[in-house]
Amino acid sequence: MTTVSTVVMADTFTSASISYSALMPMLIVFVVALAEVLVAGFATRESRHALQVGLSLIGLLGALAALLLGARFHQGVTASVADAAGSRQLGAVVVDGPTIFLQAGVLVLALLAVLIMSERLGGIGADAFTPMGAANPGSVQERAAQRAGLTTSEAFPLMMLAVGGMMLFVAAGDLLTLFVGLEVLSLPLYILTGLARRRRLLSQEAALKYFLLGAFSSAFLLFGAALLYGYAGSVYLSEIASAISAGQPDREVLLVPGVLLVLVGLLFKVGAVPFHSWTPDVYQGAPTPVTGFMAACTKLAAFGAMLRVVYVGAAGDRWNWSVVVVVIAALTMIVGAVMSVTQTDVKRLLAYSSIAHAGFILTGVLAFDVTGVSAVMFYLVTYGLTTIAAFGIVYLVRDVQSGSEATHLSQWAGLGRKHPVAAATFAFLMLAFAGIPLTSGFVAKLGAFGAAVGHGGASGAVLAVIGVLSSAITVFVYVRIIVMMYFTEPAENAVEVVSPSILAKVAIGFCAVLTLALGIAPKLLLDWAANASLFLS
Amino acid sequence: MTNPYVPIIIMVALGAAFALISVGTSLIVGPKRYNRAKMEAYECGIQPTPHASGGGKVPIKYYLTAMLFIIFDIESVFLYPFAVAFDRLGLFALVEMVLFIVTVFVAYAYVWRRGGLDWDY
Amino acid sequence: MIQLLTPAALTAGLASGDTDQILHAAEGISAYGWLLVALPMLGAAVLLLGGRRTNSWGPLFAVAMSSGAFVVALGILVQMLGYDDASRRRMVHLFSWVPAGQFQLDAGLQLDQLSLSFVLLVTFVGSLIHVYSLGYMEHDPDKRRFFGYLNLFVAAMLLLVLADSYLLLYVGWEGVGLASYLLIGFWNHNPAYATAANKAFVANRVGDFGLGLAIMLMFATFGRVDFAGVAGGVSGASQGVLTAMGLFLLLGACGKSAQFPLQSWLGDAMAGPTPVSALIHAATMVTAGVYLVVRSHWIFEAAPTAQLAVVIVGAITLLFGAIVGCAKDDIKKALAASTMSQIGYMMLAAGLGPVGAVFAIFHLLTHGFFKAGMFLGAGSVMHGMDDQVDMRGFGALNTAMKTTWVTFGLGWLAILGIPPFSGFWSKDKIIEAAFVGEGWRPWVFGFVTMIGAGITAFYMSRLFFMTFHGRKRWPKKAHPHESPSLMTVPMIILSVGSGLLGMALTWLGFAGWLAPVVGEHEEGHPVLAPLTITLLTLAIVLFGVWLAWSRYAARSVPRTAPEGSLLTRAARQDLYQDAVNEGAFMRPGIHVMRALVFTDNQGVDGAARGLAALIGGASSRLRRIQNGYARSYAMTMLIGVVAILGAVWVMQ
Repeated sequence: MTTVSTVVMADTFTSASISYSALMPMLIVFVVALAEVLVAGFATRESRHALQVGLSLIGLLGALAALLLGARFHQGVTASVADAAGSRQLGAVVVDGPTIFLQAGVLVLALLAVLIMSERLGGIGADAFTPMGAANPGSVQERAAQRAGLTTSEAFPLMMLAVGGMMLFVAAGDLLTLFVGLEVLSLPLYILTGLARRRRLLSQEAALKYFLLGAFSSAFLLFGAALLYGYAGSVYLSEIASAISAGQPDREVLLVPGVLLVLVGLLFKVGAVPFHSWTPDVYQGAPTPVTGFMAACTKLAAFGAMLRVVYVGAAGDRWNWSVVVVVIAALTMIVGAVMSVTQTDVKRLLAYSSIAHAGFILTGVLAFDVTGVSAVMFYLVTYGLTTIAAFGIVYLVRDVQSGSEATHLSQWAGLGRKHPVAAATFAFLMLAFAGIPLTSGFVAKLGAFGAAVGHGGASGAVLAVIGVLSSAITVFVYVRIIVMMYFTEPAENAVEVVSPSILAKVAIGFCAVLTLALGIAPKLLLDWAANASLFLS
Repeated sequence: MTNPYVPIIIMVALGAAFALISVGTSLIVGPKRYNRAKMEAYECGIQPTPHASGGGKVPIKYYLTAMLFIIFDIESVFLYPFAVAFDRLGLFALVEMVLFIVTVFVAYAYVWRRGGLDWDY
Repeated sequence: MIQLLTPAALTAGLASGDTDQILHAAEGISAYGWLLVALPMLGAAVLLLGGRRTNSWGPLFAVAMSSGAFVVALGILVQMLGYDDASRRRMVHLFSWVPAGQFQLDAGLQLDQLSLSFVLLVTFVGSLIHVYSLGYMEHDPDKRRFFGYLNLFVAAMLLLVLADSYLLLYVGWEGVGLASYLLIGFWNHNPAYATAANKAFVANRVGDFGLGLAIMLMFATFGRVDFAGVAGGVSGASQGVLTAMGLFLLLGACGKSAQFPLQSWLGDAMAGPTPVSALIHAATMVTAGVYLVVRSHWIFEAAPTAQLAVVIVGAITLLFGAIVGCAKDDIKKALAASTMSQIGYMMLAAGLGPVGAVFAIFHLLTHGFFKAGMFLGAGSVMHGMDDQVDMRGFGALNTAMKTTWVTFGLGWLAILGIPPFSGFWSKDKIIEAAFVGEGWRPWVFGFVTMIGAGITAFYMSRLFFMTFHGRKRWPKKAHPHESPSLMTVPMIILSVGSGLLGMALTWLGFAGWLAPVVGEHEEGHPVLAPLTITLLTLAIVLFGVWLAWSRYAARSVPRTAPEGSLLTRAARQDLYQDAVNEGAFMRPGIHVMRALVFTDNQGVDGAARGLAALIGGASSRLRRIQNGYARSYAMTMLIGVVAILGAVWVMQ
């Protein structure tokens, strides 16, 4: 799975130099994913769940350990070959400060997501996933699988593969590795989206939409990569940067469309307007723990990759294309905020909220400064923590009769009285989304907007103002949920918060506590992000 | 000097024009004598198969077979360039290739164990 | 110029002779200043997280925490009195809060004369109201939650006034907003109350938005948002930026302090329990706007336009509140209107610059006492009259509730500005300060404040006479009785303050004590002689009282309100403020929405009001694009890409 570039030069082959310690975290994740595929095939039905969850946790923890104890001390380019002049190494994978920070972020968030995903609620397999993904919804086969107690333990290897793809994505030093990373992270997510246990049709529809549109956007990214290759004669980001600074008068026309098309592929993944339309449908249709995982980790990985493409590759030409992204950021914030107002489904509402947040993060990206990098990275991690916890709670709010998730807002009425702890936690997470002080959301927004105002010039200031306005709009939405939970009569159809296992409780609690802690004392993480904000180019 | 995008625009215009004109012309000019065969979906000239139960859906087995075919197809496509130059690529590439085949084999083992190869499941 | 000195660095700073701007690190008991915030915060945490286990002792614990904060504040006061003027400002460094790049921000507290005045008011009045609530909320099943919120409020309010930077102030600002929201909606089983809570929240968000923009503007201009940094940077900033900053701050202040045009929420906020109205919506939180303006005096002094805007807002609000107060029959709403009007006085004074700022704070303190006392009195009346609030159903209560009558009477005399009661010392000075200046301003603002005093006298007397004098108009089942001593004792203590605080502070030289913080109080020269102003004001006030007496005590008051004149009817409707809001923001939004939305909106979307409805309309329009078809989504993406490339083509 590691990308080994073997470059043909005339008649000789130059093998790439590889630092295995730097790649070890990714290797661990991919090997564990393969092992889990075998578990899904060979282990007995009863032991599968425990094995898969255990392996996933071990794999993620092991990768995290390898990252912090090993790879951190082997920073540099790897899977690399010397450039034409022989003066420097060009790496397919770049292990530098942002890579370490973002990979660690992906691993920690994925770890928490696994804990929630593994919730069985008394069954023999994870409760979130259908017993048989391939069966027609409501068909005889599906009912038979249900009776036989089948489970989709494949969800865990799929997730591990996605995590591996994300780790590669944020470390990609050339456009082809970037594309491979994108595909490796996307394909498992498409399948995961279609595995919801309940409301199968909605889930399958979401998976298909996600797949179609994802393929569409990948094509744009690939097209952009081709144009950039045509411009610079190389797919390495650092070479593209050199080509930009040297200037290519006869091929200038390829540059801006190339950069923007690559960005379109990435903007699709983060859910920026006008490439956002999949977000609400997919967030709603996917199994809720998967939604949390996607919202947190995909956003982190895609923004991480975008930071690298923009800051390492395309920053030299930013005067020619950044205005387009500024408009996109503004649109994203406004549309996300405005659309969230009329949502009546909690998951869709959080989807639009995530769109708005994508806009806020883009504002930080457009600062074109190291403070922007650290602000964005901090934002990604804190947003991820809050999101995973929020979807974790949504997952636990169930309709008493059908046992399916009660996602319509009206069903949440009066939840605060019956389940004070869950409601209070959710209310707190909403405040964090809103960016109320003393939550991590506030510090994150402050950092992103501060970077934009401080370094983004006039457009940065405009974006920050739009950001504050949009935040003000979204506050209505979040507060409406709180009002629903506390100040409204409970709905007639009874809703309960099912009690999860200790693992899921720990995960949600951990996220919520960190959301508070990073609002009060964000120094440690901010310092780390600031120290890790320099790209190796 | 003309704008460098002009050729692209011309290209796009030509493409659009070709599509519109050819479809439009056949609509206007073409004879309109319909029979049952012409109203059928076109499947490489073969008589369309009767619909599967449940309305217009192809059995999942069809896709399974197709996907398995593609996986092994890709595997062999990878093997060809390696085979052409394996002496110059050395041991490293051989190890990589074995790892690649192992990876594909893992997927194969999974499919086999979970009944993907049983046609009558 | 400005540096934070630790004791070690202190000598170096003194050696350079640069003493006027030095910030001293706190020592002794001041170093424990963080306890002021921590104690009530601990109380809130224990009560809210502790669950039912704390039901029995929780309320008493809350009282102890609040009183503990007061004791700490007293200790700091004693220590501060021992310092000389120049070194009274003490900084308590807490921790390094936001170290984002070059934007370094330490969380710290600033103890100076201004913040300590507020701290003493908040903790003293707050503790009394905690005690009062022990009696008032005795039978409420959710008593523990109530006290948790009260403690939360006290902690947030103390953080607001103690913060050493605008950002930390903003944290407290949001915190008091949250506490107020929770407390207004405390009895949320009543939907109208929940709506009132929402309305307060919306108006406050508009204000918070202004404050947020001001902070961002400061950061963009000065690169710092701590008070010392902003104060030091003002001289180098352009007039336009400072004016914008001042206007944004004013918008923030208007939201929190219920000033025109964001005044509409305060009346509805009376839905909360009465102790809450006394503490939050009369004595402390609503005065935060005044604090903000006074604290930012460097900005306003450098931006005369913004300063004038403050004065005009204050003048409009003080008349607005007074007129509305004349027509209200609901005792709490009448008091709320009066609060609005009195804060208008403070705002006006704060906008006058050094001439008035000291008296703005002075009036804020005295008002905190007498208005809290009157609210508690109103609560006591409601307690005795089965939670009835319509004054047309009161009358002659002086016979049944002697203590309430006397304590309320003292508050009444104080707000009227009758010497020697508290209000006289502060309000008369504000009126005098309003007459200082040149051109048209002293005449306009001076007479506005003077006429305002007359109207105040009328409506407060109306309230007082309708409640305690005249004939009995009680409902048949009512058996008014005096409240328990847990309630009357705080009222008595506050009424002593209403009577004597003004005189005491004047004698102790409050103006001189505050001057180093808000700017030296220069002796202005009013356009009329001070004695003339005082006598004229007193005459107008007495006329107002006489008018009220003749109409509401000497004559009988009808049980149901007469239709009244056009002005009365307008005032009863809060001068159509809701109608204006509705017409300007809500209606267009609703029409857009009706035209576009035919999906289910009941219940869930009902809460969205005003501006939100407008956004809701846009949202519904956008929602049609989100139709669920993958082909339309792909089309959207394609259009996006084409638009991007087209834009690039055009630009190049």
